[in-house]
Amino acid sequence: MRQGKAEILEDRCIDCGECARACRHNAIIPQTSSFTDFSKFRHTVALISPVLYGQFRKDTLPSTILAGVRKIGFDDACDVACASEAVSAAIDEYLASYRGPLPLLSPFCPTIVRLIQARYPSLIDLLIPIDSPMEIAARDVRNKKMKELGLRRDEIGIIYLTPCPAKMVAIKYPLRKRASHIDGAIAISDIYRPLLSALSDMNNTGHEIEESVRGMGLGWPVLGGQVSSLRAESSLAVGGLGDVERILDEIERGRLGDIQFVECQACAQGCCGGSLTVGGPYVTRGTILSLVARFGKAPCQDRAKIRELYQKRYFSLPGKISSRPFAPLDKDIAKAIEKRKRIQEAHEGLPQINCGACGAPTCLSFAEDVVLGRAQFEDCVVLTAKQARTPVGASSGLASKREVLTQ
Amino acid sequence: MPSEPLFCQRFKIHGRDFVDAGKASITIKGILREIGIDPALIRRAAIASYEAEMNVVLYACKGVMELRVTPKDIRVTVEDEGPGIPDIELAMQEGYSTASDEIREMGFGAGMGLSNIKKNADAFSIHSVVGKGTALEITFRL
Repeated sequence: MRQGKAEILEDRCIDCGECARACRHNAIIPQTSSFTDFSKFRHTVALISPVLYGQFRKDTLPSTILAGVRKIGFDDACDVACASEAVSAAIDEYLASYRGPLPLLSPFCPTIVRLIQARYPSLIDLLIPIDSPMEIAARDVRNKKMKELGLRRDEIGIIYLTPCPAKMVAIKYPLRKRASHIDGAIAISDIYRPLLSALSDMNNTGHEIEESVRGMGLGWPVLGGQVSSLRAESSLAVGGLGDVERILDEIERGRLGDIQFVECQACAQGCCGGSLTVGGPYVTRGTILSLVARFGKAPCQDRAKIRELYQKRYFSLPGKISSRPFAPLDKDIAKAIEKRKRIQEAHEGLPQINCGACGAPTCLSFAEDVVLGRAQFEDCVVLTAKQARTPVGASSGLASKREVLTQ
Repeated sequence: MPSEPLFCQRFKIHGRDFVDAGKASITIKGILREIGIDPALIRRAAIASYEAEMNVVLYACKGVMELRVTPKDIRVTVEDEGPGIPDIELAMQEGYSTASDEIREMGFGAGMGLSNIKKNADAFSIHSVVGKGTALEITFRL
């Protein structure tokens, strides 16, 4: 925080959304698209992650929610769960023919991919090169709409209703290809109110007698949903950045080579707990699991057809992901070591209570800010208060600290 | 003449302390990252120091690990007080292990530790006195 505004160190940000979640005053609002951004399209389609179904009571069926989304202004609404089932089948195909080092990593949480780029570049090649369900669904629906409506590619607007800011960034700046198949994203939290009032006017049971949204893709947003949709014999699911880092450390040491597939999610409960949702991770999870129990068993994809598409590389992502390490304290190792030493010294002189009043999240990060010239020692309110109480003429700790640390 | 260290830090390692096991090598990895060491080298140093740290945790009573960074190299030394290794040549062979069933049950003791350290290091030396302890020096050139 600088002068009342949140400042993000771009090169250290992995789009996890934790800042928005942690701020009690809602000072950090991820940039999403607004409805007016889409007026340039002749036909708009909302892409729906099953996370949205989990925001409502479990007797509100997915097809009703899709109808509600149509009612609030989209020309059509399309479910992503079915594409998730196709992607699960494609991963099964990939795992069956893969002969390289293990375990392979799920590439679908953009924050985890960014974390791997920054901190675990040696694991980049373990990310499965298969496109995400939201991209596959967007490509399918665009082709379908172009045929059905006789529209040009750029006349159709495909908008993802996103549970987290990381997916928004992934749409804007895709990693491996030039452009995403998706034209914009709206936070689930932004669409929740209008959708809720649209749904309250609708008769829940009248729309479709047989639920159109089905299949094991429904369970994808729950932590472990990917793992349980695969045929892999040995796999694990890990949620939350701290635990993910511990697992990635293990993998880097070569200790989990007997596991085929690891699903890593930045949010502890998977996409259910995305920072742009409203239902709360546990209630959302419960609702989704009950939908899986009701509609998850009947497949929505034909395995043989998926295999054929897989062989035509329909799901493949070409290109390589590059590493993006965090900037070191200095390009020169000797100078970086010197700066690190000064940071440690500065930290020792601070109250170490992580009060946050200076604007930095911890005393250690404040010490780093001081040494790197982003903040001044006087910004520490505790030290400044002590200084104010020091009698005139007595040696001031602050002044000497400043001299030592900012030479 | 070895060059003057730019950085030096020591870490205590306690034998059989599985709660803190691996912490020293994780700290070493973080330090190397902050000072801008090449990620490929960090990985090798992290793997080798983890294996060395776990050898102390699994087999010795206690030990000290030291990280030194000089303008030319990164040096990790580990000295432990423990049973020592009677036949170093044999211990260096892949798959040779004296680990108990209990250690194997925890997923360690596959006999890859020392060879893994050697494989990841640019230079590696090991000295051991049976009944007293073992000392390793692992060097990575910058």
